[in-house]
Amino acid sequence: MKLFLILLSAMLVNNYVFVRFLGICPFLGVSKKTSTAIGMGLAVIFVLVMSSAISWGLDKILIAFGLEFLRTIVFILVIATFVQFVEAFLKKNNPNLYEALGIYLPLITTNCIILGVAIVNSLSRYTLFEAIFNALGAGLGFTLALIIFAGIREKLELYDVPKPFQNLPISMITASILSLAFMGFQGMIK
Amino acid sequence: MKLLTSPAPHIRTADSTADVMLDVLIALSPAVAAATYFFGLQAFILSIAGMISAELIEFFIMRVLRKDKNFVPNGSAAVTGLLLALNVSVATPWWVLLIGVLFAIAIVKHAFGGLGQNIFNPALAARIFLLVSFPTAMTTWYPPIGKFFGTYADIQTTATPLAVLKLEGFNSAMQKFTYTDLLFGNIGGCIGETSALLLIIGFLYLVLRGRIKIVIPATYLGTVFAISSIMYLVNPEKFGTPLFHLLAGGMMLGALFMATDMVTSPMTLKGQAIFGVGCGLITMLIRYFGGYPEGVSLSILLMNAFVPIIDRYTQPKIFGRRKS
Repeated sequence: MKLFLILLSAMLVNNYVFVRFLGICPFLGVSKKTSTAIGMGLAVIFVLVMSSAISWGLDKILIAFGLEFLRTIVFILVIATFVQFVEAFLKKNNPNLYEALGIYLPLITTNCIILGVAIVNSLSRYTLFEAIFNALGAGLGFTLALIIFAGIREKLELYDVPKPFQNLPISMITASILSLAFMGFQGMIK
Repeated sequence: MKLLTSPAPHIRTADSTADVMLDVLIALSPAVAAATYFFGLQAFILSIAGMISAELIEFFIMRVLRKDKNFVPNGSAAVTGLLLALNVSVATPWWVLLIGVLFAIAIVKHAFGGLGQNIFNPALAARIFLLVSFPTAMTTWYPPIGKFFGTYADIQTTATPLAVLKLEGFNSAMQKFTYTDLLFGNIGGCIGETSALLLIIGFLYLVLRGRIKIVIPATYLGTVFAISSIMYLVNPEKFGTPLFHLLAGGMMLGALFMATDMVTSPMTLKGQAIFGVGCGLITMLIRYFGGYPEGVSLSILLMNAFVPIIDRYTQPKIFGRRKS
């Protein structure tokens, strides 16, 4: 039950994009088409879950040696490794998606959600399973945000948006209204 | 030449946007009457102010900012303004309402492209915007005093039935409010949401005129009824009765008039059913477990965001083509 609540909390109540405002860069960058949004979401989920599991173990070692100040750099190293793995995998197996994601694929390394989740896991003293479920929830929440947003942006392409608002400005406005809507989940899970 | 995109089949009708909007305004007039009866002249002034300011702002945006010389007011902004006014407490200062109307028309409607192109329901988005920006004004409720020229300066504030349910439990709510009060609107709350009966009458008018998507209110209210029945069996004191949930808060105003907005709800019947069920589910989730006592507006706004995806996956099959 606790695992499920952690998952739900990371996905909806404390959605990393709409409530914690992390990962906005790929959120705005890859949300133009639903298909790439799903691909990006899956890549982020994979990197999130794997890197939080590994960094959970490394965190314990760092704490044992009193080296907590190395946390950020170690975590980023782990994340970068998995991103490289995903990149190589996609380049070989799904070149179309690889092309579509472009620069945003290596930039998963700097997606704040991933480092954020690893640090949240460490600060909340989650167990290994809790950390994995937190990462999974964060990834699902990110994917959900990306898919909703891609759907809206595809529709906006057809709309008569006034010139000053086209592309980025209207995306920001949409994101902020979505963020307002996600406030509804506030307070559901303490 | 400007080409329009719309789903098939295409049938021409003599009805214009203005006709539809006039019907919606007529359908909302019983609710305005109830608001005036229970909350006095101030509620009436807020309703009229909402409509006029919305039309003026839209007129300015279309004629001056978007340079559309042929623009003629069509009443859609008035509907938005009225819905927003019905969604505030009688204690709301006029300038708060004005900021809300400005946000609704300028940002939520026209920044997205204007009539028919807004992703979110402008009145709802503006309501949440006001709730976040002016939490005190938007959550201070007064009891209906039933005096036309009444002022609220010396009247003690009250809690809405849903807030009582959340904080004190169902028995306490039932001691303070009866079902008759909930049905007729003799309770504290937003000026337009209190009288369930008159909202239903207005809705029936729209149904008779063939102006409204009936699937959404049916699935929305059905879902709420189903969930609250189950939860009633689990713990009646904590969760309240199904009838209570259907009548209390903004349920009727939301399900009948906000969720059914033509622009921000799905096009296909299947999509509308999904939309309604989703709204009901999230509303009850917020009412039972959320930080806010009421979840109608937040749930509809959230489902508005899903409409493009729902539309995409519930497209009707195209017949007469070879399978690809």
